[in-house]
Amino acid sequence: MSGWQQHLIIAPILIPLVAGALLLFFDERERVVKAMISVVSCLALAAVAITLFRLANGGSGEGGFEGVYLLGNWPAPFGIVLVVDRLSALMLVLTSILAIPALVFALARWHAAGAHFHTLFQLLLMGLNGAFLTGDLFNLFVFFEVMLAASYGLLMHGSGSMRVKAGMHYIAVNLAAALCFLIGVSAIYGSAGTLNMADLAVRIGEIEGERRMLLEAGAGILGIVFLIKAGMWPLNFWLPGAYSAATAPVAGIFAIMSKVGIYVILRLSLLVFGQGESAGLGLNVLLYGGMATIAFGTIGVLASQALGRLASYSVLVSSGTLLAVLGLSNGQVTAGALFYMVSSTMTICAFFMLIELVERGQDAGASVLAVTMEAYGDADEEEREVEVGITMPGTIAVLGICFAACGILLSGLPPLSGFVAKFAMLTGMIGMNAQEGPISASVWWIVGLLILSGLAALISMTRAGIRTFWASMEGTVPRVLVMEMAPVMLLIALTLTLTIKAGPAMTYMEETVRNLQQPATYIDAVINARRAGVAEASGPDGGGGL
Amino acid sequence: MELVLAIGIGVMTGSGVWLILRPRTYQVIIGLSLLSYAVNLFIFGVGGVKSNAAPLLGEGIDISTLTDPVPHALVLTAIVIGFATTALFLVVLLAARGLTGTDHVDGREQPK
Repeated sequence: MSGWQQHLIIAPILIPLVAGALLLFFDERERVVKAMISVVSCLALAAVAITLFRLANGGSGEGGFEGVYLLGNWPAPFGIVLVVDRLSALMLVLTSILAIPALVFALARWHAAGAHFHTLFQLLLMGLNGAFLTGDLFNLFVFFEVMLAASYGLLMHGSGSMRVKAGMHYIAVNLAAALCFLIGVSAIYGSAGTLNMADLAVRIGEIEGERRMLLEAGAGILGIVFLIKAGMWPLNFWLPGAYSAATAPVAGIFAIMSKVGIYVILRLSLLVFGQGESAGLGLNVLLYGGMATIAFGTIGVLASQALGRLASYSVLVSSGTLLAVLGLSNGQVTAGALFYMVSSTMTICAFFMLIELVERGQDAGASVLAVTMEAYGDADEEEREVEVGITMPGTIAVLGICFAACGILLSGLPPLSGFVAKFAMLTGMIGMNAQEGPISASVWWIVGLLILSGLAALISMTRAGIRTFWASMEGTVPRVLVMEMAPVMLLIALTLTLTIKAGPAMTYMEETVRNLQQPATYIDAVINARRAGVAEASGPDGGGGL
Repeated sequence: MELVLAIGIGVMTGSGVWLILRPRTYQVIIGLSLLSYAVNLFIFGVGGVKSNAAPLLGEGIDISTLTDPVPHALVLTAIVIGFATTALFLVVLLAARGLTGTDHVDGREQPK
């Protein structure tokens, strides 16, 4: 174990924190400096995330990468730990991959629509990374709040009564959820006497009777919070309003925020409630709630008129699929779900940004721009465009191709990664009980819902595509900068890479799930993590004096 | 003492839930504040209710006379975070009032 690798674990939290703080020292008018700091931070974050990903993938052999970071060098159950395993490394990479396109997209114009965009963006990344890394429930709460506080600001970036109204609902729901989080955490502490996830997994076997009831109640309340975040029906009515009101790059990065809830549910259900007396706690809620969410999202996708709402309901379909599939609690299916999560998050992020570009050409959409046009007049607008950069040639063609790619990805048609993901999940589900007997009714329901939701996405995307690209050809061609088109194309190219590299990616996901299903490895790594500067011979008993 | 604490938490939670379901933003924020007081007291409660007990460990001190320091730390963090987010909500509330001209949570009065 070399020192710098170990310290790399905390870098995904420190880099955005330092960058976010540094950004506050510059005036809003120094946009170039601010943009530079933000971009450098995001690039560094991506480099760190990919390094951690490789280290975590290398496995924890003898003297290899341990993946546990003791904050302040306190031994595990007493201090706070950060843990990198395959799952958290995957989430870190996904976050940083989404952050770069969203940031570049924002740099074209949106970052100037309000104050402190870059600081809030960096703090959001810090909260996300912290939530993925932490191995402690209360610390998870803190990072959740960091992430949410930044997201409140980002959601209302650009102002306007629509955003403020959506933001108010969003904040009220999340404040109530934060209180539930505290109730759940303290009930767990009261019954188990620990907040360290690994320690909790050890102690849960020893808790009996009333205390177990309290613990399960606490875990249930905690679960509600993550389900609100993930957008499970009926806890998701805030989501379409909030996501469709947000500015495009913000909505793009919000696509990963709904996955934080899913990540925590996956982590806790397999680590703490994987085996023993409380095994499988709440799996039925996930299964049926997830199916209801798919149905709700599908109806929403079919019914939505505006593209922004269509994308928001696609977030719900994606969440519902993941929840329902996790509720089946089967290794092969979960691996497919992880693949689906990566693919659908990138798709939705690209789609949110694409929508803004497409709607720019329409009269109804892009209210902020319409206001700008009214206020300054058309000529002035053109002049400003020239200053900003070159416009994209053949804009409509490129937009149309990207739109079609998003449609294919969302509906899960071949040849892109959406198809591979759905195929992996469906084969897993159908092969699940092949040895034991006939396929259960709930599995058939999920299969049916998955295929139906794909069909609905296809219908809606086709309808919207015809309306925007074919019906309004004689209308104004949206002015789109290369800088705004490139992030969308990058994300779509990444899904293409994911399709080509589907084999290695699926192997990684299967390995991840196998790790998650053996919580003993995780627990052992955390509890027996060596403290820095302590001689190895003294042994990792942790109970000794100074 | 446990009974008083439990009743206090219950009353505050009940009032808080009722208030956050009301249509005026001011009622919502008062409801959220009441709920957060109730939650803070609840966090205290899970550490076990003890009076005149210090959270300091020393040589030869009986553990049963100590109070658990962790809930204190948790409640302190919860107060700070809750206070900050409530203040933020207050700003948004004022912005919404200014933009829409009404203090209804939906930004418009319900049709009579």
